[in-house]
Amino acid sequence: MALSERTLRVVVYEGPGAIPVGAAERYAAVSALLERGFGVTRAGSERPVAPADASPMLVLGRWDGATPEPTGDPADGVLTRWATLDPATAGDAAERARAEMGAPVPGAWKPWFPVIDYDRCTNCMQCLSFCLFGVYGVDAERRIQVQNNDQCKTQCPACSRVCPEAAIMFPKYKSGPINGDAVSESDLGREKMKIDISALLGGDVYAMLRTRSERAQSRFSKERDSDKALAERQKCLAKLAALAGDIPPEVLMSLPSPEEIARKATEAAARAKAALAPETTATAN
Amino acid sequence: MSANGTGGAPAIVYCHCKYAQVLPVATKEAVLRALCDSGLPFEAVPDLCEASARRDDALKRLASAGPLKIAACYPRAVKWLFAAAGAPLDAATTEVVNLRTLSPEPAAGALLSTALEANLPAGKVTVADAPKAVVAPNPNES
Ligand code: SF4
Ligand code: SF4
Repeated sequence: MALSERTLRVVVYEGPGAIPVGAAERYAAVSALLERGFGVTRAGSERPVAPADASPMLVLGRWDGATPEPTGDPADGVLTRWATLDPATAGDAAERARAEMGAPVPGAWKPWFPVIDYDRCTNCMQCLSFCLFGVYGVDAERRIQVQNNDQCKTQCPACSRVCPEAAIMFPKYKSGPINGDAVSESDLGREKMKIDISALLGGDVYAMLRTRSERAQSRFSKERDSDKALAERQKCLAKLAALAGDIPPEVLMSLPSPEEIARKATEAAARAKAALAPETTATAN
Repeated sequence: MSANGTGGAPAIVYCHCKYAQVLPVATKEAVLRALCDSGLPFEAVPDLCEASARRDDALKRLASAGPLKIAACYPRAVKWLFAAAGAPLDAATTEVVNLRTLSPEPAAGALLSTALEANLPAGKVTVADAPKAVVAPNPNES
């Protein structure tokens, strides 16, 4: 994901110079815009709204006279387009303005990603060690952060179960405390909140990593050529699916190959170790 | 567009939670309808989660709008979604109206009311307040 983005802001304007629309039309227009993924400001003077900024803007109104001409210059970064407020065409008008002004396409990716509650997080790096998809990293101060949220596997809340502090939320998850509901003491001890990392990705792979012995490596190599290795892996996945039934089967089945897992786990563990090491030896990532 | 002349009344933000079905549809519809019926100004965001993931400037804009009432989901999630986008909310002047747990009428009532009951979880405000890496003793130094 980009460091920051300026999406199109659509303003529904009913002040001087425009004819107010009724509540039903207003609702229809705002709903249509939201359903197309556009943010809307219904402007007015009785309550504050967010201040203007450099985001591209489309102002929709039922104008008294001619529709105002586009304003702004790409060079100064502040662009405004104007169009007629009509619930039936509002979505298309916004899409045209978005494309003309080069604003990002809404909804290109289903927003499923971990959100860290830093009130709870102890910076233990378990999530970084665990995630094989490179979602986590550390900032310049060596604090854990979500760096590549678009690499997270949709509907998979597995890392939230690895966090000893229940500090990882997925706001769109079905139940608490993973969805952001308050964390209770009993949540922290609950069997279902916790999963065994090694079970998740095939106990044999992690056992091999732990012992790092030649013997284990050779056993692993032999096993991977046999049906036994596959059967063992499937057994691990079935066990995990039973333990934490909310990890989607397609996530489990699309996990990388054992070799890939071994490589990524080693990398992630090294990054976590570097983040926890004394300042002089750590590298921010 | 500013807070001027509104007597300190909170700005209203509505999250449509477009990319998931976590908010009851009837609640979302009723709250948005109440907002449109009220004639009051408001901000509507298609999906705060998506905006946070993009680090959308819209969140910085909203966080700077003064006292806020945000209709979305759990206050803990909303707090850290804004923080993750580099747009920390002011805990003293933010109330989150939880559309996951409230039924439509009380949700709309809380959102439209000028009285603000700040309810973000207390504690650290930004990522910068989070604990730093635990520095293990260096065996090479005595
Ligand atoms: S596992 Fe939890 S407590 Fe540990 S660094 Fe990750 S979010 Fe923080
Ligand atoms: S903040 Fe809550 S209500 Fe809004 S999009 Fe995210 S999960 Fe849905």
